[in-house]
Amino acid sequence: MKSRPNWPAGLFALLWLVIVVGPLYYVVTASLRTRQDYLGSHPLEFPASPTLGNYVTVVEGGFGQYLVNNIIVTVATVAIVLLVGVPCAYAVVRGTGRFVQRGFTLLLMGLAIPAQATIIPVYLLITRMHLYDSLTAIILPTAAFALPVATLVLTNSLRDVPAELYEAQAIDGAGPFRVLVSLVLPLAKPAIMTVVVYTALNAWNGFLFPLVLTQSESSRVLTLGLWNFQGQFGTNVPALMAAVLLSVLPIFAVYLFARRFLLSGLTAGFGK
Amino acid sequence: MRTQRPSGWYAVPAYGFFALFAVLPMVLVVYLSFTSWQGLGTPVPNGTANWSRLIADGEAHAAVGRTVLLMVVSWLFQTPIALLIGVWAAGPQRSRAVLSSIFFLPLLLSTAAIALLWQALLDPNFGIAAGGTQFLGDPDIAIYTVVFVISWQYIPFHTLMYQGAARAIPASLYEAATIDGASRLGKFLHITLPQLRYTLVTSSVLMLVGSLTTFDTVLILTGGGPGTATRILPLHMYITGFSGFEMGYASTIAVVLVVLGTALSVAVMRWSGFRAMSSQQEGS
Repeated sequence: MKSRPNWPAGLFALLWLVIVVGPLYYVVTASLRTRQDYLGSHPLEFPASPTLGNYVTVVEGGFGQYLVNNIIVTVATVAIVLLVGVPCAYAVVRGTGRFVQRGFTLLLMGLAIPAQATIIPVYLLITRMHLYDSLTAIILPTAAFALPVATLVLTNSLRDVPAELYEAQAIDGAGPFRVLVSLVLPLAKPAIMTVVVYTALNAWNGFLFPLVLTQSESSRVLTLGLWNFQGQFGTNVPALMAAVLLSVLPIFAVYLFARRFLLSGLTAGFGK
Repeated sequence: MRTQRPSGWYAVPAYGFFALFAVLPMVLVVYLSFTSWQGLGTPVPNGTANWSRLIADGEAHAAVGRTVLLMVVSWLFQTPIALLIGVWAAGPQRSRAVLSSIFFLPLLLSTAAIALLWQALLDPNFGIAAGGTQFLGDPDIAIYTVVFVISWQYIPFHTLMYQGAARAIPASLYEAATIDGASRLGKFLHITLPQLRYTLVTSSVLMLVGSLTTFDTVLILTGGGPGTATRILPLHMYITGFSGFEMGYASTIAVVLVVLGTALSVAVMRWSGFRAMSSQQEGS
């Protein structure tokens, strides 16, 4: 079907494009400026003599350590969520008994718990467990708060598996664990990818738990590192923008190569 | 014979983990709201002292007011933009697909990155409005700047929801309307909008609860300032607890947050669920 171009909508979309791209352009160009250039020229002008010096400053300022910490936190959080979430979803879909179903209802109610409101008791728990100021302190609550959405996405996908498939496996004499490994894991692959992306994004960009549960430089993650750079660099905004850009690059790479999974991970549990 | 169904043990690690770090804290926060605790040592029960203090705390009341303002303005600003762009991006044109992949870029940045970016961009001396409007420094404007930055971050997410939902609307509805001679605006008002009502509800709940618990953007962007012009409730809780070391009183504020958030979700769902059902009956 042919339709006329929708001019007002197109214009509005172009305006929004400028609002989205403008700030991103600013980060890129600012990160390439010398300090004199930053202090002397208009913020939207292209840098007169682009330099990569700011990236050197950032890397020498401890960025590598923050990056490694971020990777550890992200990988560990994803691992925990999958390790406990997949068997749980399997039990919810195929298991019998009240305990499993009641627990699942409780887990779903957890979707409504704002992490902000629990931060003081979580701080109390973490200090009592002698985990304060460690990466473990960030990983455990981050994983716990990713569990409701993760389990929901996994159960939704497992409910679509026909019961005959499970029964066929049972006739072959497979116990629940073998069914989990040889049937559930392969069939839930797309859902698992969604969960991985959702959990990884939350862990990678997390701010509140690291802010409240860590303190020293050795356990500092990227988001807090960025904030810390702001104090450390003072008016050296070009270096700060270089750090901002570097922190986004890994996720940008995922966006380029696995856009579909990234978008499904972002809207996990809320899309129809 | 081996059982073919997984036992409850498969769910125990997940439930136990969730109970420890999410359910137990919910119970603890209520308990802590009746204690005095400075962050070290043991919380000491102090009856309803925190709650009486909350009733008399003018700063907390002002923070609630700012939070409500932030929620309402955020919703009013984000919803029309996300809805229009989402519907527009759902079109089959190649150019729209390319542009919408750019529209989603803010989703990739962490809140910290976005707040630092806008702070630099709006710097009073070297930013785009240098020497002009004090977007972050003027107490009358700062909260609207915060709304704008939050919207810049989250509109792509809601756009994505509307885009997905708009794509799922059956093309036959539009074809029938075209045969009836409906205008583009008419189709938008009578087909697209009613078809998106559930998405509108979901998106609104996420937006409202999201702005109710907004914290990191404001902390980095303004720190609650200038003065206390942007000190919203979650930030008030954080500053009371972790800068003022009054963890007991901060827990009281946290309980208020939980109650407000739950009430809000239930209210929107109830109200819109009822409306959606009655309008469906009219339509059939």
